[in-house]
Amino acid sequence: MHDITVVDLSRWQFAATALYHFLFVPLTLGLSVMLAAMETVYVTTGKPIYREMTQFWGKLFLINFALGVATGLTMEFQFGTNWSFYSSFVGDIFGAPLAIEGLMAFFLEATFVGMMVFGWDRLKRGQHLAVTYMVALGSNLSALWILIANSFMQNPEGAHFNPLTMRMELASFSELIFSPDAQAKFVHTSIAGYVTGAIFVAGISAWYMLKRRHVELARRSFRMAVLFGVLSTAGVITLGDALGFVGGQAQPTKLAAMEGLWKSESAPMPFNLVAFPSQEQQVNRAQVQVPYALSLLVTHSLDGTVPGLDQLEQQAVARIRNGIPAVEALRTLSSKPGDSAALAQFRAHEKDLGYGFLVQRYAEDVGTATDAQISQAARDTIPQVSSIFWSFRLMVAMGLAMLAFFVLAVIFSLRNDIQHQRWFLKIAVWTIPLPFLACEFGWLVAELGRQPWTVYGILPTWMSASTHSVGYMIFSLAGFVGLYTLFIIAEMYLMLRAIRQGPPPDDADPVFDGRTDGGRLAGYAEG
Amino acid sequence: MEMYAVFQMVWWLLLGVLLIGLAVMVGMDMGVGTILRYVGRTDLERRVALNIIGPHWEGNQVWFVLGGGAVFAAFPLIYATAFSGFYVVMLLLLWSMILRPLGFEYRGKLASARWRGMWDWALLVSGLVPMVIFGAAFGNLFLGAPFHFSWNLTSTYTGSFLALLNPFAILCGLLSASLSVFMGAVTLMNGAEGVIHARSRRLARLSALLAIVLFAGGGWWVHGMDGYVLAQSPGAGVAQTPLQQAVTLTGGAWLANFHAHMLLWLLPALGFVGMVVGLLAAGARRSHVAWWFGVLAWIGVIATAGAALFPFLLPSSSVPAQSLTVWNSTSSELTLTWMLGFTVVFVPLIVWYTSWAFYVMRGKVKAEQVETSEHSY
Repeated sequence: MHDITVVDLSRWQFAATALYHFLFVPLTLGLSVMLAAMETVYVTTGKPIYREMTQFWGKLFLINFALGVATGLTMEFQFGTNWSFYSSFVGDIFGAPLAIEGLMAFFLEATFVGMMVFGWDRLKRGQHLAVTYMVALGSNLSALWILIANSFMQNPEGAHFNPLTMRMELASFSELIFSPDAQAKFVHTSIAGYVTGAIFVAGISAWYMLKRRHVELARRSFRMAVLFGVLSTAGVITLGDALGFVGGQAQPTKLAAMEGLWKSESAPMPFNLVAFPSQEQQVNRAQVQVPYALSLLVTHSLDGTVPGLDQLEQQAVARIRNGIPAVEALRTLSSKPGDSAALAQFRAHEKDLGYGFLVQRYAEDVGTATDAQISQAARDTIPQVSSIFWSFRLMVAMGLAMLAFFVLAVIFSLRNDIQHQRWFLKIAVWTIPLPFLACEFGWLVAELGRQPWTVYGILPTWMSASTHSVGYMIFSLAGFVGLYTLFIIAEMYLMLRAIRQGPPPDDADPVFDGRTDGGRLAGYAEG
Repeated sequence: MEMYAVFQMVWWLLLGVLLIGLAVMVGMDMGVGTILRYVGRTDLERRVALNIIGPHWEGNQVWFVLGGGAVFAAFPLIYATAFSGFYVVMLLLLWSMILRPLGFEYRGKLASARWRGMWDWALLVSGLVPMVIFGAAFGNLFLGAPFHFSWNLTSTYTGSFLALLNPFAILCGLLSASLSVFMGAVTLMNGAEGVIHARSRRLARLSALLAIVLFAGGGWWVHGMDGYVLAQSPGAGVAQTPLQQAVTLTGGAWLANFHAHMLLWLLPALGFVGMVVGLLAAGARRSHVAWWFGVLAWIGVIATAGAALFPFLLPSSSVPAQSLTVWNSTSSELTLTWMLGFTVVFVPLIVWYTSWAFYVMRGKVKAEQVETSEHSY
């Protein structure tokens, strides 16, 4: 049996390592695209300043990229090491996008990142530009495949259960990859990365302008960043809305938790702008509401409604009762694979198998589950409302703040007086942490909102974890925390040092002669 | 024969290709890390060595990542059971491997000797530890691991971490580390001149010699070892769980496949040819020839192990009947088909652009360049 402490520690470890990894990924996504844009300008106009820009931001890109790669290694193996039952139960489906990510994206990104660094003097201009494009393409393709995998956990499409192998198996590859959730999530998340890259470049450029250093490079970088950023932020918000729309239908408990919606209400539903949800009493202790707004936001109409958590919990009770015979039939099929009566019973109750597993946490032999145990399991289907409610609002508030920032920044930049708006430049520097935080909150909404499932409606989190001892989990969690803390200190130190040093002075910039001469070694200046 | 059985066989072969790709490409960079402190006595010499693999280590490392992803996709039960069972070993592997990207990228960022010395040690650990673990994991496949399944296939591992470090596993770990040092050393011979070349040549010959002895010793050991025999199972190409078999243990049974198919003896022969010719070629300063024979040695060693174990992938020492085989731990036919499609399209593409990258970066790395250019690692 699973020890719930071990499950909780496994969740903490996954969350810690994933959130940490996700500090570096959005910046990689955004900066790779921005590097491609800067280098395109360099190749088309031939102005050396754009080469300098590409190389300088490329240097910061690499400091960030190294840690993204390093912490990504953990993620690739952690499903197996800590989520063993999850891996064998849905690996037939979930493993495929991960492997394709390696084949299609990681090789591209990693092979060409080496060429990007060491190829400046060995490749022709156009060739080097193509290499940079491949890095950007690789990092974006990697986001596509990992989010297809993640979307399967949120909204399992294209899979069915095979009682002969006792696991979920792929039923339709196209349904898996073209699930609406996957598409909306990919665009929302990758563009969130672009916003991160844009804020990063704009903020550091603003710092240079405040210090009156590298002003030419900073001014041009700032303009490119904010133009890119304003479009990207608008895109993130639009797709976030689409994702809410699609995801709300597939994951009603997540949507209800995001909105603090304990009780079902009739249309038009009000929107809780501020609320203090209480998980035990299933009410909001205090709330500020905007009339009609929820119906408009989540159903895009005035007469649409979404179910509240009270209604969803009642539905869960019914589904658990229906799922219990499925689990019992499966147990028979495990020892007698050909048993036709058990197979018929399984088929009749198959769609609620996951709900049957929910109550197995309280009654190993699900047939003996009491009403109290069933209610308890149904109560489990409500995720942690206040964390999700507030993570969602903080993410959205930060998104809107960044949109306002970018709109002002574009106006100042196009009027060519950004250097004189020192108050705004100071704000720009302080904006740098915002997109990173918004991305982390976005992850929390998506993954806390998915609880108590690893695969929504199919596989409960409590049975997904590996059967380790508490001691092993404390050892590994402590190891990750210790190592990752040292890494972030080193990374931040090197990043800040590289920013303080800035790009090399103009006279050090080699004149480009359009040919592939130069030494064996030519990468970014390591200062 | 069922199409599903054909796909299972194809994926078993592809698993071998993947492991060989991992061993060759990641192994050579790890070999460089392992011997970095020996071949380079000064910081400049070490930087030369690092810059030889500098443009490629990142792409090479993806073989390791793909290894995880492909086992997940094609053999989910292996991914789930092995990686959770070998938990502490996997952590050591991951923690040491995480150091590597930082060792490459961050080492040269500060001039401090202490900082660089620390990363040199980190590169040694992150080169040596994973290769020893890689080999030791293979060794433990021959011995079986103590795990079993519940009715719904929740796996439980009942062994200790220390039991994985038994003498046979250590022998296999040292074999894998020797081959990786050989490949690392000949890679440095390819890219370096002078003292680095000379020291690398010495290590290449030493490690090839060691590998020959260890491979022969491993073969002798396996000859006398209890092997697993699949006495009864639903068979190839049939959807099944590992709860439906009978497995027995017999002395010397790991060589049964070789006795049944004499041609399989060519595989260990290939391994020895690779090592011996590699040794001679390194001695004759023909480092490119030595590199390719090193590849042959890896192919021979990994294929020999695979052929001996077949159809087993991960035998259970505590409940042998629940051992994992090619037939009970692959993905469904549809997944295997799609994954094969992606592999057939993308692997040639990867080989093509990787070769291009090596072609662009061909030639020797010179100390003056590393010193004058502020661009290197």
